Amino acid sequence: MSDSAPGHAPKMASLSLSDRLKPWLPLLLVPVLIVLGFFAIGNPSSWLTLTVSGLAMGMMIFVIASGMTLVFGLMDVINFGHGAFISFGAFVGTSVLLALGTMTGVPSLMLNLLAVAAAVLAAMIVTGVMGLAFERVIVRPVYGSHLKQILVTMGGLIVAEQLIYVIWGGHEIVIARPETLKGAITFAGAALEKYRLLAVGVGLVVFLALRAVMRRTKIGLIVRAGVENPEMVQALGYNITRVFIGVFIAGSALAGLGGVMWALYQEIITAHMGNEIMILVFIVVIIGGLGSVEGCFIGALTVGLVQNYAAFLEPKLALISNIALMVAILMWRPMGMVPVIKAK
Amino acid sequence: MNRLLSGDSPKSIVLSVLLVAILIALAFAPFLFPGSRSLETAARICIFIVLVASYDLLLGYGGIVSFAHTMFFGIGAYGVAITIDRLGTGYGALTLGALIGLAVSGVIALLIALLSLRVRAIFFAMITLAIASAVAVLVSQLSGFTGGEDGMNIRIPRELTPANRLGEVMGTRITGKTLNYYLVFGGSLLLFLLMLRIVNSPFGRVLQAIRENAFRAEAIGYRVVYYRALATCLSAMVAALAGSLFAIWLRYVGPATTLGMEIMLDILLMVVIGGMGTMYGAVVGTAIFVLAQNYLKELMGGLSEATASVPVLPELLSPDRWLLWLGVLFILSVYFFPTGIVGRLRGTR
Repeated sequence: MSDSAPGHAPKMASLSLSDRLKPWLPLLLVPVLIVLGFFAIGNPSSWLTLTVSGLAMGMMIFVIASGMTLVFGLMDVINFGHGAFISFGAFVGTSVLLALGTMTGVPSLMLNLLAVAAAVLAAMIVTGVMGLAFERVIVRPVYGSHLKQILVTMGGLIVAEQLIYVIWGGHEIVIARPETLKGAITFAGAALEKYRLLAVGVGLVVFLALRAVMRRTKIGLIVRAGVENPEMVQALGYNITRVFIGVFIAGSALAGLGGVMWALYQEIITAHMGNEIMILVFIVVIIGGLGSVEGCFIGALTVGLVQNYAAFLEPKLALISNIALMVAILMWRPMGMVPVIKAK
Repeated sequence: MNRLLSGDSPKSIVLSVLLVAILIALAFAPFLFPGSRSLETAARICIFIVLVASYDLLLGYGGIVSFAHTMFFGIGAYGVAITIDRLGTGYGALTLGALIGLAVSGVIALLIALLSLRVRAIFFAMITLAIASAVAVLVSQLSGFTGGEDGMNIRIPRELTPANRLGEVMGTRITGKTLNYYLVFGGSLLLFLLMLRIVNSPFGRVLQAIRENAFRAEAIGYRVVYYRALATCLSAMVAALAGSLFAIWLRYVGPATTLGMEIMLDILLMVVIGGMGTMYGAVVGTAIFVLAQNYLKELMGGLSEATASVPVLPELLSPDRWLLWLGVLFILSVYFFPTGIVGRLRGTR
């Protein structure tokens, strides 16, 4: 008689290839889209131009949307007033650039970039402070209730937009790009606007910096942990409210940066420009997965590219291309491309 | 009477008096307040009461924030305009147009609801905002079909226009315009009573339960998605009918008058000021808001001129900036009077 266990051979079931690839599929979306665009457009030089402008647009939307998605992920606050920071950033940045006309008017790359940097800095400081005030006065009393948050932040948006009219008047302002950022360079027969290349660069830097902060620093660790389970982070002795205010301010400042970038992109600004961009931002945040920076990045690039390709291929379609994209992605991945797992 | 109000009496003397006063004022508006401007105001109040009440079904009873309500309003209005444009003037075309608007709104609302509510209720606000602005742009672009930015003039049957003179009653000239007003008034009253019926039915009760605690409602056995989607469709369809009435009254549709974001904000303000979660809030909120909109601007203009010597004040008080003060009022009322005027008068919560 043997008392050995009944014969069984435990086997580690390994995930099949498709199961392992599944979470990474969204990463492929942007390259696949670019390749598809190449075949749909057929003309390499226009394809290159469109791709660069799509990427530039996507990067700007990413800069704006990243703050909003983090704010939602961390504190479950949905900020419909985010558009106000875009407009304010654009107006402050434009005012600085107009005041520094002597620096932007001369064909010196150094001086031009310095003026743009000053404008960006001023815009980010103003929108950062605004973000602090917004969080304190408007968002703070309505934590936990989405309905009230939407209503109150919408009210805040109206007030902020009207304040722009009071401060800068009701006219749209035309702002020319600095001298050295005007025009385009020709690469492989395609005209690439210098400013768009700069926008792509800035967006990429912001993304990598944000990613580095989130992945490599302690602050980033706390923020990521806070997104997953705020109570636990609080219980471990971190003041999650303070972290949240920090994220809110950073997000608002990023919206300000995005506003300046957008102003120089369009070369014309209006008080309700923020509101118009917010439509794209909402689509990006939804398809990326609320609360995810990576998802937001992929979503923003996808939206930018689809918008530009569609505008070239079928101008009438461009209007609804983004809505169609959102519908398609929500059918494919209902929680967005990079869903955020909440421990609640 | 109780039957007519679906058992939902105002439950407050002040509120009852207010409601009766509004009803009488609207019912006899052509006689009490002669002049085309006050008749315009009265018709606007009638139509917006329906529009705001249908929005309240979604916001106040369902707890869902939608930014596409003006889109459905616009679909109703454009339904009438386009049908008459294609089929020619007539009551048949008028009715058909309203029905087309009704059907299209219902289908679109269902699609939006299934797409967003099934996933996450919070997506609804963002998705409706995106879709509504896309539709607004689309309408102004497709000028061959919708008249573009210029909008469309509607040739309604001659009996309803001022050209149709019917004599005088009590010193007021009765024209087709008066008939048109009573068409608007009657239609609005009917739709309002219908909404009252809906929210006081078992369906309305379940909606309120879902608003308070969706998880618990689901646990009791109500399909939350089903109820929310139905509420979305109902409110969209009533909004479309209000839009049809508006088109018939104005004899014109355009993107700014039916689809604009400003109108959406107006509706939000009316619901919140009047009181969310009660149909009477829509009546009181709309009446106060529309009157304020028409007459407060003049007051602000006066104040702005009076303070011309002070540096910043005239800028802040100019009539163009009245949205600023409404925004402030809106935020304050969400904080301090979440139940609005009607909630205060009823003394609930």
